[in-house]
Amino acid sequence: MQNKSIQVKGLQKSYKQLHVLKGVDFEVGKGSIFALLGSNGAGKTTIVKILTTLLKQDSGTAAVNGFDVAAKPDNVRQSISLTGQFAAVDEILTGRENLIMIAKLRHLENPRQVADDLLNRFGLTDAADRRVATYSGGMCRRLDIAMSLVGKPQLIFLDEPTAGLDPEARIEVWKTVKELANSGTTVFLTTQYLEEAEQLADRIAILHEGKIIANGTLEELKKLFPPAKVEYVEKQPTLEEIFLAIIGKEEK
Amino acid sequence: METIQKHFLSDMGIMLGRSMRHILRSMDTIITVTIMPIAFMLLFVYVLGGAIQTGTDNYVNYLLPGILLIAIASGISYTAYRLFMDMQRGIFERFHSMPIARSAPLWGHVLTSLVSNAISVVVIILVALIMGFRSSAGVLSWLAVAGMLVLFTLALTWIAVIAGLSAKSVDGVSALSYPLIFLPFISSAFVPTESMPSVVRAFAENQPVTSIVEAMRSLLAGQPVGNDIWVALAWCLGILIVTYLFAMRLYNRKAA
Repeated sequence: MQNKSIQVKGLQKSYKQLHVLKGVDFEVGKGSIFALLGSNGAGKTTIVKILTTLLKQDSGTAAVNGFDVAAKPDNVRQSISLTGQFAAVDEILTGRENLIMIAKLRHLENPRQVADDLLNRFGLTDAADRRVATYSGGMCRRLDIAMSLVGKPQLIFLDEPTAGLDPEARIEVWKTVKELANSGTTVFLTTQYLEEAEQLADRIAILHEGKIIANGTLEELKKLFPPAKVEYVEKQPTLEEIFLAIIGKEEK
Repeated sequence: METIQKHFLSDMGIMLGRSMRHILRSMDTIITVTIMPIAFMLLFVYVLGGAIQTGTDNYVNYLLPGILLIAIASGISYTAYRLFMDMQRGIFERFHSMPIARSAPLWGHVLTSLVSNAISVVVIILVALIMGFRSSAGVLSWLAVAGMLVLFTLALTWIAVIAGLSAKSVDGVSALSYPLIFLPFISSAFVPTESMPSVVRAFAENQPVTSIVEAMRSLLAGQPVGNDIWVALAWCLGILIVTYLFAMRLYNRKAA
């Protein structure tokens, strides 16, 4: 067995005139959380699409779980799951129907049981038989991620999983992602929030102008900067901390 | 690879189940594809029909083939709409990153189009029977009518697929159905073409709907169908093949 989930070498991709990826290299270890950090339009989604066989690269190689994405897309699809930037849920179906549909498409033994377990795990049991159109943004995302876990894929891709979510929902998603990694699933996530990468990732790569300009653990990345100076600054609570504190009080 | 091929039919069945739920949960769809054609039929038979000279004593018999085509034409515009919505949202990306045949979601929509249109056709025929529609056609003729309707549905469905894949907005998708629904009006579906001015008449007699309607009408009346059925078949198959090839190319480009 090899211990790399993803190996990318010299990946290039252009859309017409626009040269989005200019030779991207990185590796993701099995069972880790890898965060790809970059600003809007940096090419994060392009990398996700290539790795999930939705898009073909112009040059370079990419292997997922040992299978080349261009040559063996079917093998790649067997072992991955994608939670795209836009919630990939069917809004007209109920949460339960969505999960059962995916379980059937993955040809699992007992789709109904699989759906029940995931609904329970993601706190959606009460909403299970409501149409997804009535769900809040956070519930939608949770269902989205639950759908990606049907069939226990070894590697899951989360493309900006917390974009557009309120702080509470974001923390919920973070918790889910951490639990995933604890259960041995490899997580590849893209984000533009520095804090998200800091909170979740074992390794962080920064994509900038088509290339990975930094790649390492948080500690390693910190070493790239001049040593910390000691300064005394009054610690003000952030608005997020205030928000969460007030919300917390309300609920008690 | 073999497993993907093996499951193709069951995967398509799951997609069919999904879209059929979409239809049954959309009042708008049900009204447009069955209630509207039935309302047209009532209107033409009981309001306008008395003034229309068709040379037959039973106007429902005359009218029914055209009503069925209108129902199908409005039905396929929902196929275009459902496909468009799937392309817009992330659900197709999820399907395409799963180990299922890449074309299964598309064929699911095509199959749904066939099944849902077949249901509305049956409902409309039942209402027509209550309104006095009678046919002396034998089993073979009915099979020929069914085959004709299936071919017509498929031909229009592939047009809908092209629209659903290439539309930029929901409005663009729904614009598709109007010319298709309008075609039966400028044909022999409601009135004989002899009463039309020469230019309109020339168009009416040479567009596909007239030959399809005439062929179905003769089959249902148990009369010899003559050339119409071959012209109708040629139209349907011709449109079907061209639009299928074009739609598949578009799908493979969009979803690759």
